[in-house]
Amino acid sequence: MPKLIKGVGCPYCGSSCDDIEVLVSDDETRILEVHNACIIGTNLFHHANDPTRPRLPRQRQPDGSVKEIPYEEAIDYFAKTLLAAKKPLIYGFGSTNCEGMSAVGRIAEKAGAVLDNCATICHGPSFLAMFDNGYPSCTLGEAKNRADVVVFWGCNPMHAHPRHTSRYSIFPRGYFTQKGQMQRTVLCVDPRETDTAKLADHHLMLDQSHDYELFDAFRTVLRGFDIPEVVAGIPREKIKEAAEIMKKAKFCMIFFGMGCTHTDGRNHNIDAAISLTRDLNEHTKCSIMAMRGHYNIAGPGQVWSWQFGFPYCIDLTKGSHAHMNPGETSSIDLAMRDEVDCFVNVGTDAGAHFPIQAVQHLKKHPWITVDPNFCMASEIADLHIPVRIAGVDEPGVVYRMDNVPIQFRAVIKGLPGVPSDEELFDMVYERMCELTNTAPIWLAAKEDRKYPQNPAVI
Amino acid sequence: MPKISLNMITQRSIEEGAAMEKGKTNPDYFDACSICEMHPDDMKKAGIWKNTNVLVTSECGSVIVKAITATQYVPPGLAHIRQGVWANQVVPPRTQSTGTPQYSGFPVTIEPAPDEKLKTALQLVQGSVGLWKGGQ
Repeated sequence: MPKLIKGVGCPYCGSSCDDIEVLVSDDETRILEVHNACIIGTNLFHHANDPTRPRLPRQRQPDGSVKEIPYEEAIDYFAKTLLAAKKPLIYGFGSTNCEGMSAVGRIAEKAGAVLDNCATICHGPSFLAMFDNGYPSCTLGEAKNRADVVVFWGCNPMHAHPRHTSRYSIFPRGYFTQKGQMQRTVLCVDPRETDTAKLADHHLMLDQSHDYELFDAFRTVLRGFDIPEVVAGIPREKIKEAAEIMKKAKFCMIFFGMGCTHTDGRNHNIDAAISLTRDLNEHTKCSIMAMRGHYNIAGPGQVWSWQFGFPYCIDLTKGSHAHMNPGETSSIDLAMRDEVDCFVNVGTDAGAHFPIQAVQHLKKHPWITVDPNFCMASEIADLHIPVRIAGVDEPGVVYRMDNVPIQFRAVIKGLPGVPSDEELFDMVYERMCELTNTAPIWLAAKEDRKYPQNPAVI
Repeated sequence: MPKISLNMITQRSIEEGAAMEKGKTNPDYFDACSICEMHPDDMKKAGIWKNTNVLVTSECGSVIVKAITATQYVPPGLAHIRQGVWANQVVPPRTQSTGTPQYSGFPVTIEPAPDEKLKTALQLVQGSVGLWKGGQ
């Protein structure tokens, strides 16, 4: 009998929906049906059935072809390459669980590596603004139960976080918002008329890259001063009207995305957005939230902040002190200045999502990809190590966009012999300790370790 | 050939997300991401027909993509390629010292290239690092 598993977490976007139902075959090896998920989540679960999923590491040969090798060999190569490198870069972690992120921290420390995650090319500027200006935020339940004005600034949840509007922000009927959508006023700020803008009551179609001016105009209006006739392509009256709506809100919720972090000004746009949120709190209650991308991209920020004190761009090359300075220690900047001599891609696809010039710089040196599937990063790597898929055949903790931790479960059995990220990194850590004749202190200290099975091995 | 200068953004779309989760070498991913959206007036100015290929050139590279009618309205002066392999051929890696490249809001020129062929994701990425073994 096929089994219906409820309360499954979806390992795709930052909404981290945990109400998915998955029908699995009676031997728990195949996913038959996926309920409640959006099309992206549905495709993700079904893709795990792909019979061509890699089961063994593949190493590039001198003639450019790739050959399957046993895990022991791959782990040995991984450990030796990291130890030989003067300044390796370990990047990714949007799509893995917190246990894997914690395990890789131990390797990075051992290797004297730079540890970075996808925030660096995504909401990294938001972190920079938070360092400067704070983060007056809330959880998504607050938005659902209280928000009567919702602003989507430079984000397009209908495409990027498909169930966000139906779970948290527009449509749900919450405790103080029992009329659901009817009770909420939705504002959208975007240079395109996106599908989110079509849902909104007010669309401020600003000139692209002029967000900072518009934030300034809003703050000026809120403080009772006059503004020019047109700011960022938006007429004065429209700005005043929108500012009045936000001011009169019982609870105003601002969501922002790549429209602010990827454009001119980067962190300064977010900085202005946070200042606007503070200003609005003079009049009403207002919260701001970054539309984090991957289901667990808030995870490395949390895990590494606890481990090293910094969320991303962590330079561990000193051995005893961590250092962070995006612009100096970020993946793209290091790549463009040729400052790293080994690249490890984990749970992401730098091959597809880095600007191609950065890929060309990184490819001058050994490139190791740890990923459950074939992707661009695996197809240009010197070594591709397959792992289990967090949230599909490996359980674990993930952090939603509002930093709420959710326990994801495994719905099917993993491929035989394929380790999880955590197990793989623990094995690499142990091998690095063997090669350097040091005691694997972190493995010994780990009470709930999965590898090695028998603690007497250590 | 007429050329047009536009402001380029690269953003998400649900087709792109859905295709990516099927796999980056899946034909869906090719269809979803190797396209460029712009305003019909801009297309007219540059002599570009709907669903024909165009050459997009930025300060750091160029790529052939297919010009289509916008799925979400794009105002005149703005062009949009969905994030992915094709977009990142022309995304400038300058970060303003924040670590984040200029993914949105960089100048490009677009010109008709109806006889040029689109390249696959593998061909573009492997080709750019000297690993492409297939044909043209």
